[in-house]
Amino acid sequence: MAEAHPVGFQWVMEAKKRGATVIHVDPRFTRTSAVADLHVPIRAGTDIAFLGGLIHHVLETGTYFEDYVRAYTNAPMILREDFRDTEDLDGLFSGFDPATATYDVTSWEYADDAVEPAVGPRDDRPVAEHERGQIAGSGGAPMSKEPRRDDTLQHPRCVFQVLRRHFSRYTPEMVHEVCGIDPETFAQVADALTRNSGRERTSAFAYAVGWTHHTVGVQYIRAASILQMLLGNIGRPGGGILALRGHASIQGSTDIPTLFDMLPGYIPMPHAHREQDLDTFIAANTGNKGFWGNMDTYVVSLLKSWFGDAATPENDFCFDLLPRLTGDHSSFRTVMAQARGEVPGYFVIGENPATGTANARQQRQGLATLEWLIVRDLNMIETATFWKDGPEIETGEMRTEDIGTEVFFLPAAAHSEKDGTFTNTQRLLQWHHKAVEPPGDCRSDLWFYYEIGKRIKARLAGSTDPKDRALQALTWDYPVDDTGEPSADAVLREINGTGPDDATLGGYTELKADGSTRCGCWIYSGVYADETNQSQRRKPGRDQDLAAHEWGWAWPANRRVLYNRASADPDGKPWSERKKLVWWDAVGKTWTGGDVPDFPATTAPDYRPPEGARAAEAIGGDEPFVMQADGRAWLHAPAGLLDGPMPAHYEPQESPVPNALHPRQRANPARQEFDRPDNRYHPAPGMPGADVFPFVFTTFRVTEHHTAGGMSRWTPHLNELMPEMFLEVSPELAALRGLENGQWCHVVTARSAIEGKALVTERAKPLRMGGTTIHQIGVPWHWGSNGLSTGDAANELLSVALDPNVHIMETKAATCDIRPGRRPHGPDLVTFLADYRRRAGLET
Amino acid sequence: MSNSLYGPLADPSADAGYPDGHPPRVGFFTDTSVCIGCKACEVACKEWNALPADGAHHDQPDLLDLTGMSYDNTGALGASTYRHVAFIEQTVPRRESPTVDLGMPAPPEGRGDPTEVRWLMSSDVCKHCTHAACLDVCPTGALIRTEHGTVLVQDDICNGCGYCIPACPYGVIDQRKGPKELGGGGAFKCTMCQDRLGAGLQPACATACPTESIQFGPLDELRERADARLATLHEHGVPEARLYGHDPDDGVGGDGAFFLLLDEPEVYGLPPDPVVTTRDLPSMWRHAAVAALTVAATVAASFVGGRR
Repeated sequence: MAEAHPVGFQWVMEAKKRGATVIHVDPRFTRTSAVADLHVPIRAGTDIAFLGGLIHHVLETGTYFEDYVRAYTNAPMILREDFRDTEDLDGLFSGFDPATATYDVTSWEYADDAVEPAVGPRDDRPVAEHERGQIAGSGGAPMSKEPRRDDTLQHPRCVFQVLRRHFSRYTPEMVHEVCGIDPETFAQVADALTRNSGRERTSAFAYAVGWTHHTVGVQYIRAASILQMLLGNIGRPGGGILALRGHASIQGSTDIPTLFDMLPGYIPMPHAHREQDLDTFIAANTGNKGFWGNMDTYVVSLLKSWFGDAATPENDFCFDLLPRLTGDHSSFRTVMAQARGEVPGYFVIGENPATGTANARQQRQGLATLEWLIVRDLNMIETATFWKDGPEIETGEMRTEDIGTEVFFLPAAAHSEKDGTFTNTQRLLQWHHKAVEPPGDCRSDLWFYYEIGKRIKARLAGSTDPKDRALQALTWDYPVDDTGEPSADAVLREINGTGPDDATLGGYTELKADGSTRCGCWIYSGVYADETNQSQRRKPGRDQDLAAHEWGWAWPANRRVLYNRASADPDGKPWSERKKLVWWDAVGKTWTGGDVPDFPATTAPDYRPPEGARAAEAIGGDEPFVMQADGRAWLHAPAGLLDGPMPAHYEPQESPVPNALHPRQRANPARQEFDRPDNRYHPAPGMPGADVFPFVFTTFRVTEHHTAGGMSRWTPHLNELMPEMFLEVSPELAALRGLENGQWCHVVTARSAIEGKALVTERAKPLRMGGTTIHQIGVPWHWGSNGLSTGDAANELLSVALDPNVHIMETKAATCDIRPGRRPHGPDLVTFLADYRRRAGLET
Repeated sequence: MSNSLYGPLADPSADAGYPDGHPPRVGFFTDTSVCIGCKACEVACKEWNALPADGAHHDQPDLLDLTGMSYDNTGALGASTYRHVAFIEQTVPRRESPTVDLGMPAPPEGRGDPTEVRWLMSSDVCKHCTHAACLDVCPTGALIRTEHGTVLVQDDICNGCGYCIPACPYGVIDQRKGPKELGGGGAFKCTMCQDRLGAGLQPACATACPTESIQFGPLDELRERADARLATLHEHGVPEARLYGHDPDDGVGGDGAFFLLLDEPEVYGLPPDPVVTTRDLPSMWRHAAVAALTVAATVAASFVGGRR
């Protein structure tokens, strides 16, 4: 966190000054480890075993927050009789179909109930689970009735007992064997965590892509969630699980998504072969209980915002004009479709896939098949120049004259050269004002999209082709300044939404399903309340209370802690004076406290919803998890996940050891694999050729550079601070392979080889697990061939193997070889790699 | 005005002739125990002061290569580098933690490695000494004591004689290479952002520091804050914490920029007992005068003798 999020890390340091214990779990000893109270080195890709060990510890020592767990989690819920756990099926959950490597998730549901996956009952067209719209983002699976439960938590099929059995083998010894963490260090962590959780204290987890870039990334987060629920650390001050995002506003681009399977505000993208009209779409996605119960108001207001007066009740508010999914259109699938010549054009905006995406060679080969490519960036990045000086030109695998891609490079304005918001991990929208005019022809993304939209609309104005109706009907009218720049403020106002009088709405509870309100993203409604851009507020923290509600604006409703009803007990009293946040004021008959209550304001703790109640009225007074279909936090997820209702330890796609917990299921059985000549995986441990790639590597960032270098490699003051590509190795590995500090060395995988200077450091330590020694190599991924500081890109090394839920690649753990000296260059690299693959049995 | 060269001095600005009512003496307290080595101070300093990138090779600014010294690719303070974050990797005995009995059998391996790694980071800067030798030896008056009590080079007056460079007991000030138009030949060092202080702003480095490792303020206040921080660290089991450069009785009369360190100063590349190089100037002059008189007397005596 200190490395990649140094500004956010100031709050960790502040907490430490006030007495917090800071524990850093990372395969590498980083700048975060340097100031932590304890650094826990871990084998890359084994965090579920580690977190599972903590869950096991908490369950077996009785250190969980029992009152919280019983009342606020689904621990008492009874599961179906046909549910089988990984402990029963040698590493598989029930419902697995080996032919498609997917799960039928029906048996994971609650007993006597159909918890329907969020996109509703299946229609008669078979649609593979992973090819459907986003189902996990909404978190709320419709549920037809109250599930059965055992509040004594003793029923053998209740979630609590299922969980205990599931994690029964995650002992400190197993943690040691799998993760390489010695039992004493593990005990230190377990002790610190349990001592700082419960009624009087809370603990928080912060993670970044070290947890998400795995074939089991979603389950890493689930494991941390389960632990935090058991400890009562959700919805309470100082608790939570904080996702440190990879870029400045990635949270914002998830909320108003740049993702293929979601509409703004985590509404699923409609599928071509499923719900065909507005009513069935809404019916299939509407929860009976909680705030997903008002899905109709969100969807209709969104359609009104996009299609304006063209959207009427008679035409389903133009629901028909929305684009539809026909399958998995995620980034890697698209690139593989490019290789098949199925993608004519491609926009690359603020991204540098030629160096910044796993298996970069595959990315470049995709780019070379396009008819046209638009690259908008601050600098002339590798994605814009691959056709003349990319690695394949050097090796002779591509020739410039053979590449038909027409590349348009459009210079972009930086954040300091335009107005707009960043949304951070705390869901906080903060406005940034333009400080200087962009130089030359550089323009903001907003200007680009507005202009291209205007021009396409003008061109299609006379079209009678039904497929152009969406663009014809789209509202596309923003005030511009004298440079032609559209007003970002007006866009934010549109996102906030307006009522029939065209005044801004105060929040999402004011949205209507009758077409009288417009709102571009329901969760952002309120950011422009009272005709004021609330994200511009900058009242210093010292001038207000701890929650600092007058700094920026947090979605939803300027709430700073989600599910904060859980900071009070079922009767509405704070669990403790020390950790009070929101509570029931019995006199005023309202929820009150130090944050905006995340609960219907006047629903008393003893309220029990009547039969047939729905949406907010169906939330019981003691059910804090208002977005969940049962009002509770899910230890076991009865719906919404594709690879298991609970996390189980699986090895990464590539690892040097077998799965000690589930020998028959080495890696995530539901992961997405693409074993193709341009994406060869290394042999599994123990298989012939596995010893060709005996070491583990993990990619990382340094503070001095940013992502794939598109912003930082052109900045002299950053390049002088970290001037060259380097590879971090331990003295032991250096001795083993003859590497010398400051001298060249190269790392090899079946995909490619990259070189850098060896940084031999005591910070890197081999992990010893029983008789096995694991060497881990740190590979920073900031470099490429363009800019002031050049070097090989880490993404050349990586394969594409994906988490099935979110299609994210595994960059944080893979296997490799390392050798002294420079790698072969030119055509020699091709033969060198072919030889490696032959030795590994991957090529004949 | 005493124009003292050594020993405690409450108000160097007054000593330099600023009238009553001049601003209080300001400085830096760099608390290295919370430094995360982000180098934001280095970047902010270079951006504000429009300093060129010169990497670790201050003589060959175009050479971009890795030093191989941990994450330090700056190397040292220089004429274009007014802040330098040092990175020191150490292997030390593992810190003991209270034994935790979780009721689980200890495996035969027991605890792991008996040692652990410590990675020290510290942002170095000009010390703005109470008795600044660079200023004392400057023949042109380019180096001055400012109204804020800091030490400043006026680059339009500096003639590049270079006397200040060996005079600095910390090796901070340096001469810039390159063409004269870009300041080549002149001596440069931290200005404590004199141009920001006048406008009521903090220096760029302190403003950019995310963890308050670099604290700026009136020196008296900083010294109090440092004492309190040191006491807290000692209470919390960090006995190795110590202050460096905050003592007015030290060899430079105390530094305007002082530090909280977690190891001996030498570990960070700081002199353990710096002394203002002009401390002995008066006595040197006295000795020289005595020597000159002696020579004169001897010569005179020889003439006297010769006459005999």
